[in-house]
Amino acid sequence: METLNFDLDKKPLREVNQFLHGDAASLNGKSIVIENPNGAHNIAVGLKADVDVTIKGHAGYYAAGMNQLAKVTIEGSAGSGVAENMMSGVVHVKGFASNAAAATANGGLLIIDGDAGLRCAIALKGADVVVGGSVGSFSAFMAQAGNFVILGDAGEGLGDSIYEAKIFVRGTVKSLGADCEEKTTSAEDRKILADLLIKAGHSDVNPDSFQQYGSARTLYHFHVDNAGAY
Amino acid sequence: MCGIVGLLVRNQKMRDSIGELMLPMLIGMTERGPDSAGLAIFGEPVNANERKFNFFAGTADFNWAQFAQDFDKQFSTKSSSAPKANHLVLTTTAAPDLVKAWVKQQYPQLHLLSVGRSMDIYKDVGTPAEVAARYDFKNFKGTHLVAHTRMATESAITPAHAHPFTAGEDWCLVHNGSLSNAHSLRRKLEHLGIEFETDNDTEAACRFLQWRMREGDDLETALNKGFEELDGFYTLLMGTSNQLALVRDPFGCKPAIIAEHPDYVAIASEFRSLAHLPDIKNAKVFEPSPKEMYVWKL
Repeated sequence: METLNFDLDKKPLREVNQFLHGDAASLNGKSIVIENPNGAHNIAVGLKADVDVTIKGHAGYYAAGMNQLAKVTIEGSAGSGVAENMMSGVVHVKGFASNAAAATANGGLLIIDGDAGLRCAIALKGADVVVGGSVGSFSAFMAQAGNFVILGDAGEGLGDSIYEAKIFVRGTVKSLGADCEEKTTSAEDRKILADLLIKAGHSDVNPDSFQQYGSARTLYHFHVDNAGAY
Repeated sequence: MCGIVGLLVRNQKMRDSIGELMLPMLIGMTERGPDSAGLAIFGEPVNANERKFNFFAGTADFNWAQFAQDFDKQFSTKSSSAPKANHLVLTTTAAPDLVKAWVKQQYPQLHLLSVGRSMDIYKDVGTPAEVAARYDFKNFKGTHLVAHTRMATESAITPAHAHPFTAGEDWCLVHNGSLSNAHSLRRKLEHLGIEFETDNDTEAACRFLQWRMREGDDLETALNKGFEELDGFYTLLMGTSNQLALVRDPFGCKPAIIAEHPDYVAIASEFRSLAHLPDIKNAKVFEPSPKEMYVWKL
């Protein structure tokens, strides 16, 4: 595989991103290494080619946002909004991720080896998210579709006003948000969980050690008891 | 948006270059706060019977020599003074209350930034790089510091509205965020006899903590009451003569990142400001949890 190196100490990030936005056919199958990210914002955003990008250090805000097809690996931590609105591909954060990781992500897989901050997978729309550590409060708020696996603990208000996303937590949940409740894991869901654990490098983790959560669906429809309020 | 920066140097050999270590941290926060900057630096305290007064003149051509002469005549003392552009550090044995009253009457144009034994405060409008160059931040020596880059959202862009804010001797605070109940908090505190210098929302938080500590709370108790009283977004970084303390609001709306290294503890709003610290690769880098208090002592 052809490997290209970019050093952000020497080359402006805008030029690196413009290169990565070039003709998808010429980028497909290439491997790109980005040195000295030093917390810069917007690294490798908007990729739409089957390219392999490795960020050698800590990334700032919105790293790999809007990703399509690409596999982006961050060898440090990621700032707010990593893989936000991802459509497909894989984003792998080897350190921790700050707030709003995978916000509104439609597809693809976000793997975070460490902890994630608050509002992880907020408004998730179909992507898969696997967090090796714990997640902060208000995670999966209004999550609509997709699967959210947490190997550690979850903070307050998990899955508040959740739609049809599925949450699997191995540790403890400080509190559940409105309309989020415990679910029994079906054979089908167990398979989803088991596959995601393997994809995220956690094949040693037993899928049966997780508790599933999802929507109680009481907020879906107008409740007649509230009619008096109008 | 605003940027916060904190640095506590554990390695004694590095304390003479704390200014140089800090400068890229402050400049790294320029995008978060391009309109003003400020810094509180802590070092060896002056003698127990002395106090350092930090004054800001507003114009660079202020006659500090005349001021020092008038001061010594009034108080029959030999003060020592270190002017730097429109800023003066005056060290004296004269009583703080008398000094404050005299300056207010004789030099009403001067703004008293701080009184204490170990802390100096500099703050002014301009980009962080400009403010740092104006006061030669690069050559500062000391044990720890707290700094701020401001993007004003709640009140005017003036030197007095810039951070840090002080509350009592050798105590300061910088803030990233905005408080929605600053005005009601202020009215409550004014009824209790607490005086305000500006309409800045951060000053309200600062005076609230000052009031709690005046009532006998320690910093931790005061901050816990702050979690109940302060409504809004905040990351607060505080400095005292021997410690730095950090809190984030319960919703974690405003960022912070910490690097703990055997030689130093560095705090900033974003990793961008920590990236160039020596041996950062071997530091423990983490994000502080919301509604938790982090304290580092010298």
